Amino acid sequence: MSEGSPPASRIRPEEVREIAALSRLRLTDDEVASLTQDLDSVLGYVAELSALDTANVEPMTHAVPFDCPLRVDETRPSLSLEDALANAPRREASFFQVPRMIPGAAGASEDEP
Amino acid sequence: MSDATFDPRQAQAAPIATIAAGVRAGKLRARAVAEAYLERIEREDAALGCYVRVDAEGARRSADAVDAAVAAGRDPGALAGVPLGIKDIFCTKGVETTCASKILRGFVPPYESTVTARLAGAGAVSLGKLNMDEFAMGSSNENSAAPVGVVKNPWSLAHVPGGSSGGSAAAVAASLCAGATGTDTGGSIRQPAALCGVVGIKPTYGRVSRYGVIAFASSLDHPGPFARTVEDTATLLEVMAGADPLDATSIPQPVGAYAKAARSGREGLQGMRVGVPDEYFAAGMDGEVETAVRAALDELARAGAKLVPVSLPHTKYAIATYYLICTAEASSNLARYDGVKYGQRAPDARSLEDLYTRTRGEGFGREPKRRIMLGTYVLRAGYYDAYYGKALRARRLIADDFAAAFTKCDVLVTATSPVPAFRFGERMGDPLQMYLADILTVAPNLAGIPALAQPCGFTKAGLPIGLQIMGPPLGEESCFRVGGAYEARTQWHERRPLDAAARTS
Repeated sequence: MSEGSPPASRIRPEEVREIAALSRLRLTDDEVASLTQDLDSVLGYVAELSALDTANVEPMTHAVPFDCPLRVDETRPSLSLEDALANAPRREASFFQVPRMIPGAAGASEDEP
Repeated sequence: MSDATFDPRQAQAAPIATIAAGVRAGKLRARAVAEAYLERIEREDAALGCYVRVDAEGARRSADAVDAAVAAGRDPGALAGVPLGIKDIFCTKGVETTCASKILRGFVPPYESTVTARLAGAGAVSLGKLNMDEFAMGSSNENSAAPVGVVKNPWSLAHVPGGSSGGSAAAVAASLCAGATGTDTGGSIRQPAALCGVVGIKPTYGRVSRYGVIAFASSLDHPGPFARTVEDTATLLEVMAGADPLDATSIPQPVGAYAKAARSGREGLQGMRVGVPDEYFAAGMDGEVETAVRAALDELARAGAKLVPVSLPHTKYAIATYYLICTAEASSNLARYDGVKYGQRAPDARSLEDLYTRTRGEGFGREPKRRIMLGTYVLRAGYYDAYYGKALRARRLIADDFAAAFTKCDVLVTATSPVPAFRFGERMGDPLQMYLADILTVAPNLAGIPALAQPCGFTKAGLPIGLQIMGPPLGEESCFRVGGAYEARTQWHERRPLDAAARTS
């Protein structure tokens, strides 16, 4: 879609569930209902931007001129392994531990460390 | 002055200047000051909920180090012994930092933010971490998920303190710290400063490093200080500001003489042109707020400033533009909270995917979920140009409005919030109504320009009213000069809310 009007129809509960999946958010049915209403209201409000002519306007991604400086490429001390792992909800040796990634595959689950 | 006692509520107008001068001169012990504030927090904060964590041990240790430096004849720093509250969005090494979110409970940062490191390096004493709206998303503090609950406005416990830095503003107002840090993404320093009757500044984008500040919307996030007076605020900003190799967006220009600029305002405002943008006095503004702001403009004219009518024609698009950009950036920034490396993890997950969705579903409150969802929606393939792309173009038009206005004036003066503090629950049912509370504060974030908020009156019901002074990029000194001039000619900043004992009697 090129720049233009936002989609005419606003948001439906099925779409809210899709967005939740993309956002990795598990929502209750009540949350889906209230978020459908909230997002619909906010999207209705922001639709007023479509009245604004921005045909020849360069997008502004940064508030001040920014030339993306590069630091010198040299090694510096970083966090120690222990510091980096200190906040891990679950760890094993020097690793962050998570449940199996592929459903049904062999390996430890969250409950069977 | 005896070194035995210090009363944070005593009538001195500027606690930061008073404390730093006293400690540096060896007339006041940093430890005595810290103890006085800790005792006050103990007595007053149960009713207010400003602090999510008081770090008494750390405060005593820092204060003792300052006293030892003074005793040894070493320079204890510009902020020697000044007790500060730190918004819980700044990472503090070894001290739990949660952003008032359930998902970060128990997170103890392994590193220190640049801002808090600089403040400590100047001899400031951190009293603890201050409450806020979860992930800095909110304008009332009602979105705090901290166990202590939401912050109450010290001027009226039935009213909100504003947000998201509500704990910072309320703590300064109630003398539970001499100054505080905050962050401002769409008004989160200025709006609570206005609602609590204190001073706060959102500096130019990049003027203060964001390193170690938990990210909400990176192109709009601005750390900044709160204090009771314009000069105290300027003094804090001088320490906080400056280039930082750890933040690639920090700007290299030298830091201005902000406190000096604030003092220079006392000599009057001859030659200063104050722009008054029509669009900031539109319908929807509370009558008492408008009257107070118009009276403040008259006062600036009496101080020698010339008032110039200006126009910011794209103002009406600022809220829509802001909420499209900040939610898009938030949806990306908050993707990191997945229960793997730090923070809370949902129990009983059956797969990695399940771990992510449960952890985030259980850990985020309603407003972060709403913003992550909206941001994901507007960035989605097919919708990106119509929403996010459009907002980036509107952002440029809004910034261009300011650039054009600043060819005709040196600063712009408006209200900070169109309304005084509202009651708890009044706006929570409708997110759009809450978003509209930011109508006068979001545009400076989009443009990256500095904006100072300071008290300019009270409603008949006794709630504070705030003035906003905006400057061009790196125009902090102009803001402080005008703010200093107004403060020197008025007494609003000397009023203070009642203590708990007086409220209940």
